[in-house]
Amino acid sequence: MSDHAVSRRAFLRAGGAVLTGTLASTSGVLALIAPSTSWALELEALDAHQGATVLQFTRHVFPHDRLDDAVYALVVKDLDAGAAEDPTTRRMLIDAVRRLDEASGGEWLSRSAAEQFVQVQAMEATPFFVKVHSTAVVSLYDNDMAFAHFGYPGRKGDPGYIHRGFNDLHWLPDPPDGASGPVPETA
Amino acid sequence: MDMYDNRTTFAADDDGVVVVIGSGAGGGTLANELAQKGVDVVLLEAGGLHTTDEFIADEWPSFSQLAWTDTRTTMGDWRVARDFPNLPAWICKAVGGTTVHWAGASLRIEPHEFRARSTYGDLAGATLRDWPLSADDLASYYDTAEKKLNVTRTNGLPGLPANNNFKVMHAGATRLGYETCHTGRMAINSVNKDGRNHCMQRGFCFQGCRYAAKWSTLYTEIPAALQTGRVELRTRVHVARIDHDDNDRVTGVVYFDADGRERRQAARVAAVAGNSIETPRLLLNSESSRFPNGLANGSDQVGRNYMRHTTGTVWGVFDKPVEMYKGTTMAGIVQDEARHDPKRGFVGGYEMETISLGLPFMAAFFNPGGWGRGFTEAMEQYRHMAGMWLVGEDMPQADNRVTLSSEARDAFGLPVANVHYTDHANDVAMREHAYTRGAAIYEAAGATRTYRTPPYPSTHNLGTCRMSERAADGVCNGHGQSHELANLFISDGSQFTTSAAENPTLTIVTLAIRQADYIAERMRARAI
Repeated sequence: MSDHAVSRRAFLRAGGAVLTGTLASTSGVLALIAPSTSWALELEALDAHQGATVLQFTRHVFPHDRLDDAVYALVVKDLDAGAAEDPTTRRMLIDAVRRLDEASGGEWLSRSAAEQFVQVQAMEATPFFVKVHSTAVVSLYDNDMAFAHFGYPGRKGDPGYIHRGFNDLHWLPDPPDGASGPVPETA
Repeated sequence: MDMYDNRTTFAADDDGVVVVIGSGAGGGTLANELAQKGVDVVLLEAGGLHTTDEFIADEWPSFSQLAWTDTRTTMGDWRVARDFPNLPAWICKAVGGTTVHWAGASLRIEPHEFRARSTYGDLAGATLRDWPLSADDLASYYDTAEKKLNVTRTNGLPGLPANNNFKVMHAGATRLGYETCHTGRMAINSVNKDGRNHCMQRGFCFQGCRYAAKWSTLYTEIPAALQTGRVELRTRVHVARIDHDDNDRVTGVVYFDADGRERRQAARVAAVAGNSIETPRLLLNSESSRFPNGLANGSDQVGRNYMRHTTGTVWGVFDKPVEMYKGTTMAGIVQDEARHDPKRGFVGGYEMETISLGLPFMAAFFNPGGWGRGFTEAMEQYRHMAGMWLVGEDMPQADNRVTLSSEARDAFGLPVANVHYTDHANDVAMREHAYTRGAAIYEAAGATRTYRTPPYPSTHNLGTCRMSERAADGVCNGHGQSHELANLFISDGSQFTTSAAENPTLTIVTLAIRQADYIAERMRARAI
């Protein structure tokens, strides 16, 4: 990163905002792995309203009703970081939030979910939508909280499942010996 | 001494060496086979060395570590050109090439597939040809390759044990009456063998096998080649062009080393194994006054007939969990549809093989560009999904081709490859049939719904420097020897005259073993 970018980030941080939330459920899987039930995201390039708007927009693009805002905040984090490094990205995000609000005659966030969705659909072909989508399709599904929600162990599988249930499906008949093979004795 | 240390080095002007370009299934095998016969080899690899302890059980970081992500461009009506315009292929840039990433399915090409033109007839728009060799020509070499790779269900080796994903496939396939369904012929150790572990059912086959249970040239052929003291491996070198003299003989290979310095290695023989995108790119970038259309391209066939297999993925959703990610990625196969039976509305056949993706890649590839409830409802079913990959013969077409980009340049100022692909009507019909049968298998096993995923960026890249009986029809003969330059060889899947239905690695290895015999014999005879 150039010195220029570093100084710009430092400047933006000085005027930055914080996006906060509380895990919706303290009994779900996220509560088990989250260090705390509350979370805070320090924004570098966006203000809190912009951050909250982008988060809600992302919820419409990839709506998982029981997936906590804390996971969607990871998408905002990546978009915000991109905006801090690239003025064009920052302008695109800020302009999109302004357009959403203008089209809503106030704060887009205060409209009903159905009304919000109409605006999301209308923006499908815009660079803003593409940016949110392409960032979220990676960020939203590539973190331990998402892994816990969707039931994917990720790196925990690294040692192998040979002793950990690779063949533990029992609601269908097992294939005959000729179609399968022996579990190695040395395993 | 480390297993990857060079025990010998060769001078830049040593014109007695065979220069092998690429260290994957073709190049890595060829280098070792030549070395075992006493031939001196300089093995050039564009990627770096990543050993098994460096592999990453995390899809995106692993992709960054292993994949060839240098810019390429795309054209044609394939969906990859829209969704991944700079990533036509999902292959590796690493020592070991795409054998680090492959899933391990090791099937022989069927005898009738070597006679594609004779068997299938003249299809409009397709440039079908018979291979200039037969299944009989390859039989003993296939035997050798299967032993080398410890292919399961050959040579007395047991099959791999069934994982959950395969149990679902087997139950559905059996209920539909399919007869050839088992845990596959896999180049994955089902027992400890050759100093390599048996499969630990890790599920990160695509990310590199930490246990080295899956065969890769990375930890078999390449260390064995270095051990002979006849091979020098040079990594992170990008080959720019191949030089020749006025007698149409290759004289050397020009490359950029890891520090970006231009180097030249003299060569008695050059063998190109850069995968079917980089191999034709290198020949096209090697144009000269004698070969104005690119080296060995008097026929105008270099880059043409690019094939990628007719592929697609079907996911089945079940009431109860499957957890398909547990265990080998390609955990089993249904082969009944691999036959040639034009009554189905297409020529050639296809295999059905289990596949699984981790959550990050499921999101990326399930339906690229997809969003909204339809997308997220599917993702919510991740744990309850079984997956199968459909892989069948695609038709060679003259205009499906690798060319040089007129605009895009790489870090060295060289034109990058542009990959143009459009489905043939036969490909479309086969894919539709395969999607339908794949869904039927899962429905027979109790699926509550099924999904179709379009082809991924291509891992099976084939045919861009094809073998041909007549020089006018291709680039090389049945030994991979260029029709125009006797000491230039094509040593990867680019040689394939047609794609056949089977995963290509076993055949690439088989051809490399056979080619090594031929090169060594020709060198002894002083013919090259």
